[in-house]
Amino acid sequence: MSTLVLYLALAMAILMLVGAFVVVVTKDLLVAVIASAVVDLVLAILFYILQAPDVAITQASIGAGLTTAIFVVVVRKTKRFEDD
Amino acid sequence: MNWIIVLGLIALGTVLTILRTALGPTAPDRVVAVDSMTTITTALLVLLGLLMDRYIYLDISLVYAALAFIATLAIARYLEGGV
Amino acid sequence: MLTIIGWIMIYIGATFLFLGALGIFRFPDVYNRLQAGTKCTTLGAFSSIVGVGLVHPAWLPKTLLIAFFILLTNPISSHALGRASYKSGVKLWEGSVIDKCKEFEECQKKEEEQE
Repeated sequence: MSTLVLYLALAMAILMLVGAFVVVVTKDLLVAVIASAVVDLVLAILFYILQAPDVAITQASIGAGLTTAIFVVVVRKTKRFEDD
Repeated sequence: MNWIIVLGLIALGTVLTILRTALGPTAPDRVVAVDSMTTITTALLVLLGLLMDRYIYLDISLVYAALAFIATLAIARYLEGGV
Repeated sequence: MLTIIGWIMIYIGATFLFLGALGIFRFPDVYNRLQAGTKCTTLGAFSSIVGVGLVHPAWLPKTLLIAFFILLTNPISSHALGRASYKSGVKLWEGSVIDKCKEFEECQKKEEEQE
């Protein structure tokens, strides 16, 4: 049964790489904020699978709610599109 | 056997939503994908708590279900024009 | 007996979660994706979480609390998202039949400001 959870953790790590690639590549900063929310989400799942529930609670509450909202406010105050 | 089918379906759903997040043409498409991925993740965490048989792990799902809509609400307010 | 009902509910929930994700991947438009993603995902998460509570009857109060929070917060975010994407000027799919929001005052004024 633990082999199944290990395969799930491997799949989640690959998905986290996809999200981080989108964050680096894109020119639209709002899209970068959304993709970093995905990275936070998958990181919380990985902490959960590695049996650290307190770290996962902190990561969930900070990463899902607070960081994205603050970054959206920052994008609002500055500008949305990065120029070449 | 039960767990392979259930976790396989949910992991496949997560893969599809992340692909839509990576490919989506406009920003609202990506936000829709992230929002439903949050709900899928909450169900996945509860199911993993049943698989590992730890009662304390349900707290994480509770925090997720209560707090995860703040990000979507903030991005929606940004797209609408206010903050 | 309760365990069998719980497992059936978990299977229904997992199937609906997968179908919601498939709808998000395949549909052509923001609004179609929003509808598929929100409805299927809410039903799937509710069913599978209550199913876990039925498999372990000692866990039932907390799982019901989680399901209640999902039922409370999921429609709020989807409503705000649909309204925001209409106001930010996302076009409907060309096969769409009707656009009721165009008749109302609020949407029109916002669209003229955008252009």
